[in-house]
Amino acid sequence: MNERIRALREESLNAVPRISPERARLVTEFYRSAEARRVSAPVRRALAFRHVLAHKTVWIGDGELIVGERGPAPKATPTYPEVTAHSLDDLKILDSRPKIPYRVDDETLRIYRDEILPFWQGATQRDRLFEGMTPEWRAAFDAGVFTEFMEQRAPGHTVLDDKIYRKGMRDIQAEIDARLAALDFHGDADAWSKQEELRAMRIAAEAIVIFAQRHAARARELAATAADPTRRAELERIAAVCDRVPANVPRDFHEALQAYWFVHLGVITELNPWDAFNPGRLDQHLWPFYRQGLADGTLTEAGARELLQAFWIKFNNQPAPPKVGVTAEESGTYTDFANINLGGLTPDGGDGVNDLTFILLDVIEEMRLLQPSSNIQLSRKSPDAFLLRALRILQTGFGQPSIFNADTIVQELTRQGKSLVDARCGGASGCVEAGAFGKEAYILTGYFNLPKILELTLHDGVDPNTGARLGPATGAAATLADFDALMAAFERQVRHFVDVKIRGSNVIERLFAEHLPVPFLSILIDDCVARGRDYHDGGARYDTSYIQGVGIGTITDSLSAIKTHVYDRRALDLSGLMELLRTDFAGREDMRRLLAEKTPRYGNDDDAADAVMRRVFDLYVRAVDGRPNTRGGTYRVDMLPTTCHVYFGRVTGATPDGRKARQPLSEGISPVQGADRRGPTAVVRSAAKMDHLRTGGTLLNQKFLPSLMAEETGRRKVAQLVRGYFRMDGHHIQLNVVDAATLRDAQAHPELHRDLIVRVAGYSDYFVDLNPALQEEIIARTAHGDV
Amino acid sequence: MAADGDITGIIFDIKRFAIHDGPGIRTSVFLKGCPLRCAWCHNPEGLSPEPELVLQPGKCIAGCRFCVDACPRGAVSLGESGPSIDAARCVRCGACAEACPTGAIQRIGRTVTAAEVVAEIEPDRIFYVESGGGATFTGGEPLAQPDFLCALLALCRERGIDTVVDTAGCAPAGVLDRVAELAGEFLFDLKIIDAAGHQRFTGGSNRQILDNLERLVSRGAHVMVRVPLLPGVNDDPASLETIGRYLEELGGVTGVALLPFHRGGGRKYIKLGRRDAFAGAAPPPPERVAAARAALERHGLTVQIGG
Repeated sequence: MNERIRALREESLNAVPRISPERARLVTEFYRSAEARRVSAPVRRALAFRHVLAHKTVWIGDGELIVGERGPAPKATPTYPEVTAHSLDDLKILDSRPKIPYRVDDETLRIYRDEILPFWQGATQRDRLFEGMTPEWRAAFDAGVFTEFMEQRAPGHTVLDDKIYRKGMRDIQAEIDARLAALDFHGDADAWSKQEELRAMRIAAEAIVIFAQRHAARARELAATAADPTRRAELERIAAVCDRVPANVPRDFHEALQAYWFVHLGVITELNPWDAFNPGRLDQHLWPFYRQGLADGTLTEAGARELLQAFWIKFNNQPAPPKVGVTAEESGTYTDFANINLGGLTPDGGDGVNDLTFILLDVIEEMRLLQPSSNIQLSRKSPDAFLLRALRILQTGFGQPSIFNADTIVQELTRQGKSLVDARCGGASGCVEAGAFGKEAYILTGYFNLPKILELTLHDGVDPNTGARLGPATGAAATLADFDALMAAFERQVRHFVDVKIRGSNVIERLFAEHLPVPFLSILIDDCVARGRDYHDGGARYDTSYIQGVGIGTITDSLSAIKTHVYDRRALDLSGLMELLRTDFAGREDMRRLLAEKTPRYGNDDDAADAVMRRVFDLYVRAVDGRPNTRGGTYRVDMLPTTCHVYFGRVTGATPDGRKARQPLSEGISPVQGADRRGPTAVVRSAAKMDHLRTGGTLLNQKFLPSLMAEETGRRKVAQLVRGYFRMDGHHIQLNVVDAATLRDAQAHPELHRDLIVRVAGYSDYFVDLNPALQEEIIARTAHGDV
Repeated sequence: MAADGDITGIIFDIKRFAIHDGPGIRTSVFLKGCPLRCAWCHNPEGLSPEPELVLQPGKCIAGCRFCVDACPRGAVSLGESGPSIDAARCVRCGACAEACPTGAIQRIGRTVTAAEVVAEIEPDRIFYVESGGGATFTGGEPLAQPDFLCALLALCRERGIDTVVDTAGCAPAGVLDRVAELAGEFLFDLKIIDAAGHQRFTGGSNRQILDNLERLVSRGAHVMVRVPLLPGVNDDPASLETIGRYLEELGGVTGVALLPFHRGGGRKYIKLGRRDAFAGAAPPPPERVAAARAALERHGLTVQIGG
């Protein structure tokens, strides 16, 4: 990297995350106006968006080429009081918590106390949401049976396609105008709703253009006083680019990147959607601009690299909007999950890897930044060189990029009813979630604690933590005469909590459609404009809601232990087992080890255990898959935890697989930490016995020692392992290449390992920023490679 | 004669994702028993052709009695320092090890049929196809169980699974001929050319070993020669020169893998309660490995470091 990029990168790494009250203030100011109270909900949201973009601070840093910040400066993080208003105590916690702090200054506290909280307290989306939930939902949520994504953040979970490289905002506005002109107020009962949504979209498109033009103006101001003629020319160029995009179609590589960046900032300013936003297949989108620039001499390879590096740094400047309470536990990270996809397939089914793919992999390796996340979409058609290049980056111990099966994703999406072309243009976002880019609202609603439900089943629906009844009475343990009876009771409990969860999510979907439409995001996702409907209200071509199953390893091993020792060998009865669990195996380490060691366990390619896994997976899918949501779409399952397996573990007592109370659950579809004894081929064989095609994403973590991947021959064998897993329809695998000794050293001397990035679960994070429980859990994951 | 699948043998481990025992991703099967007694042996648990019980009382849990309760002959008792086994009563059935939840009692070696072994090899077939891998039979000395080994090789061949035999070559010529008919490739250990030195460090003559190597090469078998680089045994220039000259004259080997001594076997000696003659030896430094490589390459050999 050159001097400029080095300086910008340093600046980004050194910037301290802090809370900026600017957005909250502007939104509140607008919401107080008569206009806000007069207009329809979509128009109110569009006007609020415009108010923010027209008045927020414009930041152009020294040496920057790609411009625009969500806050007033890098890592100055806005808040979204219309969704959740942090109390003064929350803000103080954010400022002082040891992990993932956000600095909060006295002025911000004052503004919150005097301006923000008096207006929003008791009137936020979070307040509406909790008020709208049933007592059953509240009880299950409080007990940790499931979590709720939308209690502090907006639904998002979507990715852009190639639209903005084909259309400018002016083109989109023209489409909106045509739709407005064609509204049928005599025959279409929804005409007014459509009119309001389309008007809102038009205002939102205008707002982002205003924002770009303010950057153009600021760049000109800076150019006028710039002493250095080179910098002056750059600023003039920036001004010209900002005048051009996103109002119009980008004409070159620089304009294309800047157009995306403004759109990105628009989406994450409008609300705080989960997973921020994401350009999707960046290599394919930029490829025509790159090729043309090289051909006509307006771009060099070095110039393209510099722009991409500058672009990368912009992502790193935007920490996730801060969460508190349970949500902070399930996702305790600065990462906001923008996950750039490389490779994959072209719309006509060809290999999507191009020269720019390799340049982007170089950028990922050289920048070594927490954000954005990155992944490779590996298809049968992808060249081995692509995978081996990615493995070389992974070998350096930087948990990026993760590896996805592009062919499986196409099958998953087409099974859900997407067209083949829309599926090929899809990929993965967030952690591992498959989606049709630019055409789908695929919303994760929350994690689902499968081991906790076994605990409830064994207690006839009562939570042993509190004595409260959470689920139906499905029979006391003594009445569960055989394994099938236990499984039937477990299935009834699962269905009950899925029902409770879906009822809540259907209400929450309406609350967002009603109160917090997103007209700006809606103009980016087909077919919101054509339908005149908001992204939150079924405007997207495809509308999916996911419930993410957590702890498949723990639940499988637990059920397998019960089957083996209680029902098959009759070594103890269920009440004896429950007594061991109740006492957390106190004084019975022999029994704990027996259950842990003498049970067929998931992750060893052992059909006895894997059949149990399939049974749990099947009944979970049956309970969720295909049920209608309120947006004209359906519920589906994902199998991923982010960091929720740690929180879920803490609310779950000892389990029959010998796991002690409060310890983390297994993560993703990985085996229980340390339970896999037969090497990585056995792990992926077990994992592949799950029918990945009936999910929207699964997450498999494998830790390898650096020695295995240090040389080309070792990397080839890992590549063959990945290819083998993908031939069996595995959705995704992520490789952590780091030895336990390094991690231990990082625990003891965090100051020496500030840059140690590890794969957590669908994303990477600084190891020293992880809480101690998660650090231990990562160390405990079996390391393969010392063979 | 029994069908191939029914022939039994004794193995002490099956390791999947073995990536240092031949091409691609492999499953290595460790056959128990070896006629040699190399001082540096890395798999001392593979020497005896009988099942063995290994005790590690440090792993015991206070109050645990699973082993005592499991023994059908009352041979296990618990004392101050953990379990002890009455050798007169013990028939090595392994029930105590089977019951032990911590590995404090382990049985090394189990008798299995060839069909059972192949059933454990087959699941990774998809990875063999992807990587050009397969099964490797090692030990111990796989040639020491010739009927069992031939049955395994025949069953793999029927199923289209590539095979490698990792051998020290110490077996009658007839055995080698039978195995060579069925095996895909050989990894052939070559330690010391000097007859007296070989006898001293391995407890056996190398006459037959060298004859067998020549026999394999002359029949056109794929042979990768593995030379363990052993401090104080064969890492001096003269020994390496002898090995290089021998292989050059022999001709026809696929290549030479130089395996620098490592301490991987050390813990096993402690576990087995046996003396490790190489306990004090250090792995050769990189420059020594490079010099050894150069010494062999001077004889026109293709040399790789490691398996």
